[in-house]
Amino acid sequence: MLKVVNLSKSYRSAQETVEVLRGVGLAVAPGESVALTGESGSGKSTLLHLIAGLDQADGGEVWIEGACVTGLPDVRRAALRRARLGLVFQQFNLVPSLSVADNLVFQARLAGRSDPAWLAELSARLGLDALLKRYPEQLSGGQQQRLAIGRALAVKPALLLADEPTGNLDEVTADEVVGLLRDLVARSGCGLLMVTHSTRLALRLDRRLHLRGGRLT
Amino acid sequence: MRRALWVLAVLLSHWRRHPLQLATLLVGLIAATALWSGVQALNQQARTSYDRAAALFGGTRVAMLIDPAHATFPQAAFIELRRAGWPVSPVLEQRVEVGGRALRLIGIEPVTMPAETAAGAAVGRGDLHAFVAPPGRTLIAPETLRDLGLRPGATPRIDRSAELPPLQPQPQLAPGVLIVDIGMAQRVLDRPGLVSRLLVGHTTRNAAELPETVAGTHLQWVAPDGETDLARLTDSFHLNLTAFGLLSFLVGLFIVNSAIGLAFEQRRPTLRTLRACGVSVRLLNVVVVAELVFLALVGGLVGLVCGYVIAAALLPDVAASLRGLYGAQLPGALALQPRWWLAGIAMSVGGALAAATASLVRMARLPLLAAAQPDAWRQAQRRWLSRQGALAALMLIAAGGVLLFGDSLLAGFAVLAALLLAAALALPVVLDGALQLAAKGARGALSAWFWADSRQQLPGLSLALMALLLALAVNVGVGTMVRSFSVTFTRWLDGRLAADIYVSAANETQAAEIRRWLAARDDIGAVLPGARTEIRIGGAPVQIMGVADHATYRDNWPLLRAAADGWDRMHRGGAAFVSEQLSRRLHLGVGDRLRIDDDWSVDVVGVYGDYGNPKGQLAVDIDALLRHFPETPQTRFGLLVAPEHIAGVLAALREKFHLDARQLADQATVKAESKRIFNRTFAVTAALNTFTLGVAGVALLTSLMTLSGSRLPQLAPLWAIGLTRRRLAAIELMKTMAVACVTALLALPLGLVVAWCLIAVVNIKAFGWRLPFQVFPAQLLELLGVAMVAALLATLPPVLRLARMQPATLIRIFANER
Repeated sequence: MLKVVNLSKSYRSAQETVEVLRGVGLAVAPGESVALTGESGSGKSTLLHLIAGLDQADGGEVWIEGACVTGLPDVRRAALRRARLGLVFQQFNLVPSLSVADNLVFQARLAGRSDPAWLAELSARLGLDALLKRYPEQLSGGQQQRLAIGRALAVKPALLLADEPTGNLDEVTADEVVGLLRDLVARSGCGLLMVTHSTRLALRLDRRLHLRGGRLT
Repeated sequence: MRRALWVLAVLLSHWRRHPLQLATLLVGLIAATALWSGVQALNQQARTSYDRAAALFGGTRVAMLIDPAHATFPQAAFIELRRAGWPVSPVLEQRVEVGGRALRLIGIEPVTMPAETAAGAAVGRGDLHAFVAPPGRTLIAPETLRDLGLRPGATPRIDRSAELPPLQPQPQLAPGVLIVDIGMAQRVLDRPGLVSRLLVGHTTRNAAELPETVAGTHLQWVAPDGETDLARLTDSFHLNLTAFGLLSFLVGLFIVNSAIGLAFEQRRPTLRTLRACGVSVRLLNVVVVAELVFLALVGGLVGLVCGYVIAAALLPDVAASLRGLYGAQLPGALALQPRWWLAGIAMSVGGALAAATASLVRMARLPLLAAAQPDAWRQAQRRWLSRQGALAALMLIAAGGVLLFGDSLLAGFAVLAALLLAAALALPVVLDGALQLAAKGARGALSAWFWADSRQQLPGLSLALMALLLALAVNVGVGTMVRSFSVTFTRWLDGRLAADIYVSAANETQAAEIRRWLAARDDIGAVLPGARTEIRIGGAPVQIMGVADHATYRDNWPLLRAAADGWDRMHRGGAAFVSEQLSRRLHLGVGDRLRIDDDWSVDVVGVYGDYGNPKGQLAVDIDALLRHFPETPQTRFGLLVAPEHIAGVLAALREKFHLDARQLADQATVKAESKRIFNRTFAVTAALNTFTLGVAGVALLTSLMTLSGSRLPQLAPLWAIGLTRRRLAAIELMKTMAVACVTALLALPLGLVVAWCLIAVVNIKAFGWRLPFQVFPAQLLELLGVAMVAALLATLPPVLRLARMQPATLIRIFANER
């Protein structure tokens, strides 16, 4: 499903060069949920962005479903994200000018792969049925994050990448969201790699990885 | 394709949620397209009209032969040249009056008329036999027939004497022109056996093969020219209009730029989400451009309709100006060609893309993961301001360079454009500096926040303020120029209109009768004979004006510079005064010598102002003129009459000789008519000035309206810590008014520099004369007031919205859900 080999990344400023990732390697199997923890600035989000093809690595390789995606041109990386990856962010990143219904089908329509039955199930499981005609600004934080998860899963991705999806939520809502994530990942059979600060939430996933000094422990 | 359409739908959904922003963008596009295309419609209408006039009857589209010394020459030259195998065709032309309207009567010989002139076709549409055989036909444009209030078949009289053949409307004809057979023209104009020019059809022969004299006349070959006389004369007028149209277009684009910039900022998260969800940069760029083109097409189409309405509203004033200034006739209804529509749409799309360039480039380079850092923003802002300042300095140097080395009307406008652009670019730098300075002197937390927040708000407002600066500076510049012109023109009229009554007899016989009758009256102080003829010097028409030796001319003539004994030398016959236009065109100064024709050369002993006359002019002694040009009609004279006798003399002349308003006028009427023409000439300028200022006001309003939403995160914390909404609104009002006031104050000196450029650079190139530069403080104060009222009106709506904002809206700023 996902295989990361010897991935490295550094940021250069006028004053110094900061090595964020130093030869990171990991793997996520289909249906497996993995938590990625670490201190602020340890490179968790960077690792997720490199896997998603949002940023370019300095070295190493990322393999998704048996294909190396490192160094692909923008068009190919965009196609990969569109069809095989689901992304969930801390800031929800919904489209404010689209209704809940349109946000839910947003990526599926981009991928040209809309499955009405699956969308109906997602909408019901995420508790969005009564909110479909609303706009994101009319939803609570928990509802917005549920919608973001729905959008990511609507395309039936091979891998779901979640970057602190509960960072903006209270404890109860966060628990609820992670529970949903786990259920839906199990239901769809995709892999999940979730960045989180919360050890409590990390413990609810199948496996935990800790990033420190640019290396996984 | 489906993916692209979905991305387009997502992008368009932004406008559904922000209708005001969409309205702003469309208003900008509509205003820009409407003002530009409106002006272009007027220009196109005029140029088409000139071309119609020239193409039909040989303006300068075909080669022609003229007598450089006389208005007409014997028809025998035509016969001699035809016998020698030259494909020439005679034309007799004279201005006549029909029903109180001045028209051009043109006599043609349809059989020999060169094919290039298309006159044959125009006549051929009727019946050639009916045109040449008695009673003949008078071809006339349908709109002219309508203007005269006559029906086809009518036989009006010209100049209250000769009767014209029956009128026949001919749609191909230019307005203001009457076409008759040349034999008929010679009869009704009392010019038997004379022609004005010979048109030369297609031939392999050239000027060098022409005999020295033809039928005793020395004929001059005038080569064909791509541009008509009228087109050349009116070029400056149309260039002025175009410059205004372009300025309005640019001000409109400021609105577009502001709206697109804001939309880009607001859609930045959506664009990132689209990229994150798998939309490639290429697809996103294509769709964003497609969206922009679609909006530009909608705005452009509405703008074209508005442009048509503006052009139709301004057409009467433009037509009157062109008629008054150059004698050019424009039809009363707009007729637009397809290329006008296409050009308008192209301008709208091109303008929208140009206005969006910065946003499009930023979008193309949009990093997927960039996080906004306030400090980075500040540094970027500082870098941008430095670049803008450097660019402003470069533009200023460029303006100086063109001013020093340029020598054309276009160079004059280039100086103006560079100067205005430099000032606009420098404005945010100057304002930022002023606000920084004010912040240093601030005491108290609120005061410090006031200046700091004003600085932060500046980037969002700077484009609208730049538009306000440009519109206001141009208003000040053009206003000062027009007022200077008005004052100078009035003074000049006082000098040139020395006589109390002006008489223009129908012919020499009537003139002699009038002179005899006047001599017998004791209420006439003096009769000042006048005579005028036209020649060509350096290929361009020049009027020679005969001036009588009388103290009133010596006292009042508007001389700009002259030799001490200028008048005496002029009346001895060997010297002349030249108009400023002619002196500049031929580089003549006092003391130079000018060759009028083969046997008459004169010393230049003075230069005088002759505003509004597109032709060059010479003032010579009237007896000398009549000696050298004995055929010059002596039908005009001025009368010096005591004020209490003017009405009586006018009435007596009118009754005795049946003179109409064109033949008889008192000084007051001529002055009033001249001032009316003057005012109408600048009515279009005033209208475009107002439009431009209005568009700048809209730019400010739209910027403030669109900014008001994004300002809430800055204002809500102040409300939370105890400032009332009203006080916040008052602070917002003060901030905007402060920067608008500084902008308006900067626009005043800039406007005066613009006025100086118009007077000292553009006017000289456009018209050939220079005005004295004057400043009108009351006018400046008035414009400052108008600008502040416009700024206040633009600031009030968002401020009132803030003052009435529900607390819930402000609370939402702090809510976690946001």
